[in-house]
Amino acid sequence: MAELPNKSLADRAYHIRRNAVLMGEVQGQGYIAQALDIADVLAVAYFHAMTYRPEDPEWEGRDRFLLSNGHYAIALYAALIEAGILPENELETYGSDDSRLPMSGMAQYTPGMEMSGGSLGIGLSIAVGKCLGLKRKGSSSRVYTLFSDGELDEGSVWEAILSAAHHKLDNLIAIVDINNMQADGPSTQMMGFEPLKEKLEAFGWFTQRIDGNDLDAVVAAFDAAKAHPGPQPRMIIADTLMGKGVPFLETRDKSHFIRVDAHEWQLALQALDAGRSA
Amino acid sequence: MKPKFSPPAPGKPRLTTSAMIASIAADGQATKPAPFGHALVEIASTRPDIVGMTADLGKYTDLHIFAKAYPDRFYQMGMAEQLLFGAAGGLASEGFTPFATTYAVFASRRAYDFIHQTIAEEDRDVKIVAALPGLTSGYGPSHQAAEDLALFRAMPNMVVVDPCDALDTEQATAAIAAHKGPVYMRLLRGNVPMVLDEYAYSFELGKAKLLRDGRDVLVISSGILTMRALEAAKALAKDKVSLGVLHCPTIKPLDVETIRREAAKSGRLVVVAENHTEIGGLGEAVARDLMLNGIHPAFRHIALPDEFLGAGALPTLHDRYGISTEAIVATIKGWLG
Ligand SMILES: Cc1ncc(C[n+]2csc(CCOP(=O)(O)OP(=O)(O)O)c2C)c(N)n1
Ligand SMILES: [Mg+2]
Repeated sequence: MAELPNKSLADRAYHIRRNAVLMGEVQGQGYIAQALDIADVLAVAYFHAMTYRPEDPEWEGRDRFLLSNGHYAIALYAALIEAGILPENELETYGSDDSRLPMSGMAQYTPGMEMSGGSLGIGLSIAVGKCLGLKRKGSSSRVYTLFSDGELDEGSVWEAILSAAHHKLDNLIAIVDINNMQADGPSTQMMGFEPLKEKLEAFGWFTQRIDGNDLDAVVAAFDAAKAHPGPQPRMIIADTLMGKGVPFLETRDKSHFIRVDAHEWQLALQALDAGRSA
Repeated sequence: MKPKFSPPAPGKPRLTTSAMIASIAADGQATKPAPFGHALVEIASTRPDIVGMTADLGKYTDLHIFAKAYPDRFYQMGMAEQLLFGAAGGLASEGFTPFATTYAVFASRRAYDFIHQTIAEEDRDVKIVAALPGLTSGYGPSHQAAEDLALFRAMPNMVVVDPCDALDTEQATAAIAAHKGPVYMRLLRGNVPMVLDEYAYSFELGKAKLLRDGRDVLVISSGILTMRALEAAKALAKDKVSLGVLHCPTIKPLDVETIRREAAKSGRLVVVAENHTEIGGLGEAVARDLMLNGIHPAFRHIALPDEFLGAGALPTLHDRYGISTEAIVATIKGWLG
């Protein structure tokens, strides 16, 4: 943000986590553990990799960011606030009536939200079309698409994976959050998708698998994805830890939609502060 | 154009939430937990052909209760709704009776062709049980199945059921298990209001039931709008308006005899009330049948507008779109003048 132009990426990630916790507190519940797990990826996307103008979120020359897993909206709002695309005091409205920040990310509601999510497994299809369209316009903008490991269950995702390779969409950078969690339980128990890197490589993607909570690894992966010379779409498989940065949430019985007791939000903020100074 | 932000007014606003799962029970209302899940467990004890299947929404469709009781008869298909219904058709073709659950939006919109081809066209014995029907989620259009009845009505062979409460849900579960052929049932999940136990009522597939008679208005309704209509009837009675309620939980095949008989009784305003878009649901089905049969009462329709609905707290949205009890009372009073 304006007053701290040279914030480190770790600082960015800290603020994204903090914004997410503050929004979680407004509702007392939500997809908090996901926001904490993906904060490092969003910090690198918004403060290292992507080109955009905070004051003009629809600027034609921007890189596009598609949130396919719309329930991660709390995480993206947190990043959009940190990026100055949304005002900070708006987080008090999160999920409330008439807010521009509904629980599920939707294009009609929020500046910087490029697609309407909620129905999972759709973002990569839109990304294919956007990448084709950008190429057709002669644009050098890229399309970044975040999706979740649950979305790997949907056939539509694999249609888009085939298509992106078929059309040699080298302007597509997809990130899949492997947090090993879905609505009914651990992803590995819902539908096995491993070995994922080998699968995606066989499908023709330039694929990297990283610890999505290691900022240096995330930076290196985005850099390599951008620099890769081949005519392939690029996939970053990010293994993440739900609740990352708040130890008592990291170790709590994991679940897709968590309720946090009123007094725990303050503890969560303190945990983030402690992790920051450590 | 995206909306502009206006900062929240000072003071602490009422907490509202656009969370995916919202309760349809009013404060203090009697409820019963997971009526579908418990009913299915009981039915399955004498029906070894019944299997349960879900697409990563067992916990959210009360099928986790079946999964716990019969772990070896439960299939977790992952979040893959097209696969879910294709595989349900396949299991049915081998002689099993799948109860396959997901949200109504994904059964109707994502998997429609799979259901059409593998279940309806082949007339397979699959029960599609779909949570968050109509407007029962404040999460926005992605989870608001405003058009599910229209879509499944339009599919040949499909029986379509829209229960009102916990009692209706339990009894309908048994009835659709006994029925041979494809069924789409709207699911009320979690702690479901118990309303119909106050009435001399039992669910019969294909039958509409008069829950209370009335001189001035006849409401023909299904699903949670029957619950609302009964509440509206109590409220309107205080204003000396006598409102009858004909509950019509089977949307297809429609109980046209009962509907014609009740609608033909002269002097009453006939109102169809449904938790569904105004297009293609119970209202249009009733209107068409009455027109074709020369029955022409004064006719009105309470339904969701033909637009993408908002995100917000469910009570807010039910007020906004005219399907809360208060809104229904006001609307009917307006019509009566
Ligand atoms: C097409 C579709 N099917 C089902 C759902 C319901 N649903 C919402 S989130 C979710 C879990 C998906 O897995 P993932 O995104 O990996 O969950 P998380 O990591 O957030 O726990 C499901 C099944 C949905 N939103 N869209
Ligand atoms: Mg996940």
